[in-house]
Amino acid sequence: MTKNPKNLKIPKQAARQYPKPPEGSWTEHCPELDTDPISYENSISPEFFELEREAVFKRAWLNVGRVEQLRRKGSFFTKEIPGLKTSLIIVRGKDDKIRAFHNVCRHRGNKLVWNDHPAEEVSGTCRQFACKYHGWTYDLEGKLNFILQEGEFFGIDKADYPLVSVHCDVWKGFIFVNFAEQPEKSLDEFLGPMITAIDYPFEKLTQRYYYRGDIRSNWKIFHDAFQEFYHPPILHGHQNPVMRQADYKDQGFYTSHFQVDGPHRVGSTSGGAGGKLIPEFYNPIEQVMRSGLFGPWDPSEIVGDELPAGLNPGNKDNWGLDSFQIFPNFAIVFWETGWYLTYHYWPVAHDRLLFEANAYFTPPRNVRERLAQQLGIATIKEYALEDCGTLEATQMGLESRVVTSFPLGDQEFMCRHLNKMINNWVDDYKRSRAEG
Amino acid sequence: MADALLPPEFSALEPFVEDWCLDSEPERYAKRLSSSMDEIQEFYDATMPRAEEAIQYLDKLPLDDLPEDAFRLLKLLYSLILMSFPVEIWKQPYIPDTGTAEFALKIEPVP
Repeated sequence: MTKNPKNLKIPKQAARQYPKPPEGSWTEHCPELDTDPISYENSISPEFFELEREAVFKRAWLNVGRVEQLRRKGSFFTKEIPGLKTSLIIVRGKDDKIRAFHNVCRHRGNKLVWNDHPAEEVSGTCRQFACKYHGWTYDLEGKLNFILQEGEFFGIDKADYPLVSVHCDVWKGFIFVNFAEQPEKSLDEFLGPMITAIDYPFEKLTQRYYYRGDIRSNWKIFHDAFQEFYHPPILHGHQNPVMRQADYKDQGFYTSHFQVDGPHRVGSTSGGAGGKLIPEFYNPIEQVMRSGLFGPWDPSEIVGDELPAGLNPGNKDNWGLDSFQIFPNFAIVFWETGWYLTYHYWPVAHDRLLFEANAYFTPPRNVRERLAQQLGIATIKEYALEDCGTLEATQMGLESRVVTSFPLGDQEFMCRHLNKMINNWVDDYKRSRAEG
Repeated sequence: MADALLPPEFSALEPFVEDWCLDSEPERYAKRLSSSMDEIQEFYDATMPRAEEAIQYLDKLPLDDLPEDAFRLLKLLYSLILMSFPVEIWKQPYIPDTGTAEFALKIEPVP
């Protein structure tokens, strides 16, 4: 482990404004990382993808939704997990406990809950689940209740054929599942102190907008664009007069704080200063709607004198947002005006992902608040689609294998950390399999 | 005026109701991609100067119980938001460099 001989050269003002840790960089501050160029073989190899499914997606806790999607006893939704070629039923039982089951009938393997199109997700409320094929029926706790012509089956005991359950637990209203036979850690242990310190009034932000995209890039390549703030002034620079400022175009953008805890990480920035600059910095629609990329300019009712516990972990002045990356594929972004975004990056194949973005606001009290939210979420699409196109291009560039080693800057700390964590989990899985 | 499409103050915008009052983001985005810049610009030029006035009018009404004419006016504002990007930023209906990627709003609140 030799120290990188090429020390960073930060302009004096930026060095004052965005101080680095004592080691000289965020990257060197993290004992698990080095400063060498990295490989993206893990994002273009079908063989690696097969390993990653087993090593990461069948071992980590995965967020599949929120409790507000299951308001009553018997409320359910199905969740497709394309990379694992499986579908889940998430249901609130008569005892109010939330459970997860594989969405497969024990009789002949038919997908149990779906409507019209077998691959599409559905939601609703019911008392039991009945298979469309032969009518076998399961209760909300997954127990097989009814077999048509039961006497025709050889020595069958219904108790032997419950739905196949999946480990399921809830943190702050976020429903997580774990596909391991026995998870190595409880959900709270897995999330660790940095994430579980977050005490945010999620239950008050029930106004939900849900985007979904089908994109031809590896899930990590796509994820990386949403965990560095190095690209926005360039890739998205035309969109927003704020980003057209000479400051960002010529000098780039600095993240004010990075932190990791286990496989999870956070980056904090000064956000977008929505509405605080002179009008010329905003597009006309932003001035009318008092909103933009960074959401509504006016704080929502949850914004008080103090930030919720766990936010702004670096205790920085001019805090604007925290972008928490919960391993492996889930992110929560908290904004200073009192709303939050989640991102999910679901692998489909080594070169394809399903991208989900949810925006959550407090219910608008009037049309003005409603429109401010609408412009915020519309802007997300203008930016996200630029990322989508570009990351398909990145995937193509990587797959050429013309270049195999890529230098990452200190602003791309979180990309380097994800890459390292994935490789660690896969190495660990290969080791445990070899030891058998 | 029982069958007026919009509140009387905004009757000048009625010619836009048929094409631009749409129920969902995917419909609005499809409308954006299938329209010429001239059509988008005409809609923008008609609605943008009235936007603040429309917001002030709608703000006096209960959001969860809007009369039909007011709801149509609100839907015109939703379309204005999506059409502002071609006019104010891109100078073309579609976002440059986005290839074949799809990204659509699947769940959105009503109204």
